[in-house]
Amino acid sequence: MTNQSNKTLNTNIKKLVNQPYKYGFSTNVEKETFEKGLNENVIRLISEKKNEPEFLLNFRLKAYKKWKEMKCPEWAQLKFSESNYQDIIYYSAPKSKKKLNSLDEVDPEILKTFEKLGISLTEQKRLTNVAVDAVFDSVSIGTTFKEELAEYGVIFSSISEAVHDYPDLIEKYLGTVIPIGDNYFTALNSAVFTDGSFCYIPKGVKCPLDLSTYFRINDQNSGQFERTLIIAEEDSQVSYLEGCTAPQYDENQLHAAVVELIALENASIKYSTVQNWYAGNEEGKGGILNFVTKRGLCIGKNSKISWTQVETGSSITWKYPGCVLIGDNSQGEFYSVALTNNYQQTDTGSKMIHVGKNTRSRIVSKGISAGNSKNTYRGLVTVNRKAIGARNYSQCDSLLIGNSSNANTFPFISIQNSTSKIEHEASTSKIGEEQIFYFLQRGISLEEAVSLIISGFCSEVFTELPLEFSAEADKLLSLKLEGSIG
Amino acid sequence: MTKNTPILEIKNLQASINENEILKNLELTINKGEIHAIMGTNGSGKSTLSKVLAGHPAYTVTGGEILYEGNSILDLEPEERSHLGIFLAFQYPIEIPGVSNEDFLYLSYNSKLKSLGEPEISPIEFFTIISEKLKLVEMSPTFLSRNVNEGFSGGEKKRNEILQMLLLDSKLSILDETDSGLDIDALKIISKGIGSFMCEDKAIILITHYQRLLDYVKPDFIHVMQNGKIIKTGTAELAKELEQKGYEWLKVKE
Repeated sequence: MTNQSNKTLNTNIKKLVNQPYKYGFSTNVEKETFEKGLNENVIRLISEKKNEPEFLLNFRLKAYKKWKEMKCPEWAQLKFSESNYQDIIYYSAPKSKKKLNSLDEVDPEILKTFEKLGISLTEQKRLTNVAVDAVFDSVSIGTTFKEELAEYGVIFSSISEAVHDYPDLIEKYLGTVIPIGDNYFTALNSAVFTDGSFCYIPKGVKCPLDLSTYFRINDQNSGQFERTLIIAEEDSQVSYLEGCTAPQYDENQLHAAVVELIALENASIKYSTVQNWYAGNEEGKGGILNFVTKRGLCIGKNSKISWTQVETGSSITWKYPGCVLIGDNSQGEFYSVALTNNYQQTDTGSKMIHVGKNTRSRIVSKGISAGNSKNTYRGLVTVNRKAIGARNYSQCDSLLIGNSSNANTFPFISIQNSTSKIEHEASTSKIGEEQIFYFLQRGISLEEAVSLIISGFCSEVFTELPLEFSAEADKLLSLKLEGSIG
Repeated sequence: MTKNTPILEIKNLQASINENEILKNLELTINKGEIHAIMGTNGSGKSTLSKVLAGHPAYTVTGGEILYEGNSILDLEPEERSHLGIFLAFQYPIEIPGVSNEDFLYLSYNSKLKSLGEPEISPIEFFTIISEKLKLVEMSPTFLSRNVNEGFSGGEKKRNEILQMLLLDSKLSILDETDSGLDIDALKIISKGIGSFMCEDKAIILITHYQRLLDYVKPDFIHVMQNGKIIKTGTAELAKELEQKGYEWLKVKE
């Protein structure tokens, strides 16, 4: 490419990428917050605030002790300055005077906030085919369709409620997929998590609605540490979706979540994420530091866990949703689109651990990098000695936009038996000036050209999303890239 | 009367890429209903001319004027030129992985309708239209589901270009070496496509190295380019003469 045309390309790219963040507003609510800082007392306070049983307080204290001995991991392709953990508020919740009986009693400001984000919680306007749990800073505001789901025996509530209502289930499963000391951020989360969602699908039930949690960070100085636990009993099925947004602040904010999934015999869990946390401004100032640990346990025979993620936000993303395939014939899947722009950095991928016989896994990762961003795929496929006949297929494709973006692929593969079959494919392509000119010459505008190329590139992943969200994801990507290509 | 109504007037055109001047005082007028062939050695500026006409951002027009149907197009974006009816069949059609030919052609067709202020059509209506055009270039409908130019043979790529020309029904079509790399059967198909397409309110510029294409598509004029300008213009006879004698006998001393 010539210098001159580079210039044209880059200015056009800038125009297209630098679309303002739609969800950057903040809501003024009266709130109850703890003092900044982290110590044993803060943890006791959180536990007390939530009136938790003793096993949970002990769980938290053990995690805190572990965390203090650990160090922030440095192996990822990410450059950031570590958060000052004493400068974060660990509990921030809208003040409520009494226990709410229905969602219609929630502070109208908060309802309006969710409405603005496209999530209606009030009975008249809510989505009819999706049950929503709405989390605002540290607490769950409410859950829709609870009673309707209960008729099927499906439990869908905030994890805080579940701790009171179903302490046995929580005690039995919490921390079993991801041990508290799994990594630095799981230890932190286990010590200070404030809310999140809990789903339990009883034996033989196909969950009649999609379940969904919407996470909103609002407070400027608080971190969000949510915890999600999904249990699918034998022969059950569920599809779950999470969405995330946050206001636009100049300071980085920490988000460290833990998600655990458990699938018993013949059960299937589909978990989809559309992550659009605030990504920082054009110079890379501000934005969410997103450190997430997600893992599913296919413990039963023929069970299946499928992760689909569309990662477009956050200034830093560190996330490797994985599956531990213990049950014979169990299956794990990971479909990912990660888009980075400006100075965003993403280090994401999947872990597939094959333990049972004839276990199968599939990884499809699509990375798109524009601006000065850095997009890294990091994957681990492990086949244990006893995983006879295990199969894995991995495909990692990168698409570069402009001349200053960066894409890396680090696939780690560890095979301990000779009966397994492992395939890995990778490709890197670039939206170039000549491609764009070809579209333009055929009368197609720059924006349409880019969105067509991107949706073509991502189509294998988008088809995995629940129908309502695949169109939205498509739109989200073109919006994010608007002004970025020439 | 359409006769002698100019569709394209290039006046004293100078254009450069990276500050290297390629087109030097180029003059050319094309009337509606005419087919012009531009011949010349490699590096004489033929492809540059086609890109400049289509508005490729890498080239800068440093002087002169291009009038299309009487109006200057120098300030128009490539897609605006396309909407006006200027079409460039690329010498090397670009591969676009992940985008199906059908989506690409559908979007292109609707973009044109939109620019004309006409209502966009549905994919089903589009399928009827494209199916007919496919027959003209003897391509199977299965080719719609393949990605744009990806894994196409040389001949398929060129036929795809002609298909797009037919679909967009362009008024001024510039065919940049559409005949190169074609076997004789493909050449015949393409020529037939061009022949059925041409009419008295359209014009075609054929950029070519060979007499071969001109046996099937009869040009009204032949221009020889050298060093960024047209050094000789003649009728179809000139091509035959060039084929025998080469370009040397025309060479202007620098």
